[in-house]
Amino acid sequence: MKFGVVVFPGSNCDYDAYKALKDILHQKVEYLWHKDTSLQKSGCVILPGGFSYGDYLRTGAIARFSPIMKEVIKFAKSGGLVLGICNGFQILLEAGLLPGAMLQNSSLRFVCRWIHLKVERNDLPFTKACEIGQVLKIPVAHKEGNYYIDQDELVRLERERQVVFRYCNSQGELNSDSNPNGSLANIAGITNPKGNVLGLMPHPERASEGILGSADGKVIFESIAAHFKGRG
Amino acid sequence: MIKKEKKAKAEKISQAVVYVSLKEGVLDPQGLTIKRALEDLGYKGINEVRSGKFYEITLDASSLQNGKKLVAEISNKLLANPVIETFEIKGLR
Repeated sequence: MKFGVVVFPGSNCDYDAYKALKDILHQKVEYLWHKDTSLQKSGCVILPGGFSYGDYLRTGAIARFSPIMKEVIKFAKSGGLVLGICNGFQILLEAGLLPGAMLQNSSLRFVCRWIHLKVERNDLPFTKACEIGQVLKIPVAHKEGNYYIDQDELVRLERERQVVFRYCNSQGELNSDSNPNGSLANIAGITNPKGNVLGLMPHPERASEGILGSADGKVIFESIAAHFKGRG
Repeated sequence: MIKKEKKAKAEKISQAVVYVSLKEGVLDPQGLTIKRALEDLGYKGINEVRSGKFYEITLDASSLQNGKKLVAEISNKLLANPVIETFEIKGLR
């Protein structure tokens, strides 16, 4: 199994993801150029963080029409694993692979700091190495991470258990103080109904070894690797 | 001698302005902050400020109707995100 990391013009966490997978997880990983039309047989595609196309228009709005995205959408719809981190999450929302949209942070500021995340489910390929209720210390770095969805859709999202991560304090308690951007219901990461597409605003690749301040993000990549282990 | 007739240009240039704004009920942190700033400046009676963007587009269109159709299509597809935004096309000529 091989990971594919998509590189858009303006991606800036592509190498972080590549390095975490290659050097820390010892996985096979390859870059996928945004103009390519092949996923090079990747088993899991990662849309990394950054500012694709300068965040012009709306975050992710232009990247969503990149040639590679046609393939990513096809791949996701056929059940392939797609992980969108930060700007990658925004691209997944714009592409309609995940529901909802991002508004500007309620503070109107770019927020770049360590936060805590509560894991809501561990029955997904992305979280199978986690415990339910586990608290992960991972950084965020964004200005548009204020997750929005209309009330009916939010009810449906909760009912279908599509919320995977929520912002919390170090004790795992959900409150408005631990919400860095004003997201509805402290939502930090969601999945699609099938559970093969995951988007999250925090950066697990920036918390993948102790020297970075936390290795808590590693568990997400370990989960994906474990999911494929033994499948050849 | 046969003179080659110069083909008249079928297309004409149209112009449109597309206003994109957040849907009613969607939180607008920027608008709220502007409203607070106005209150801090001493302005009274400001009930609400909503922010948005506009795009000026010039395009080739064979008719006004086709131009309208095209601008509506690109507004739907790219300029606005229907999950949070609405758009209005003005000044098409």
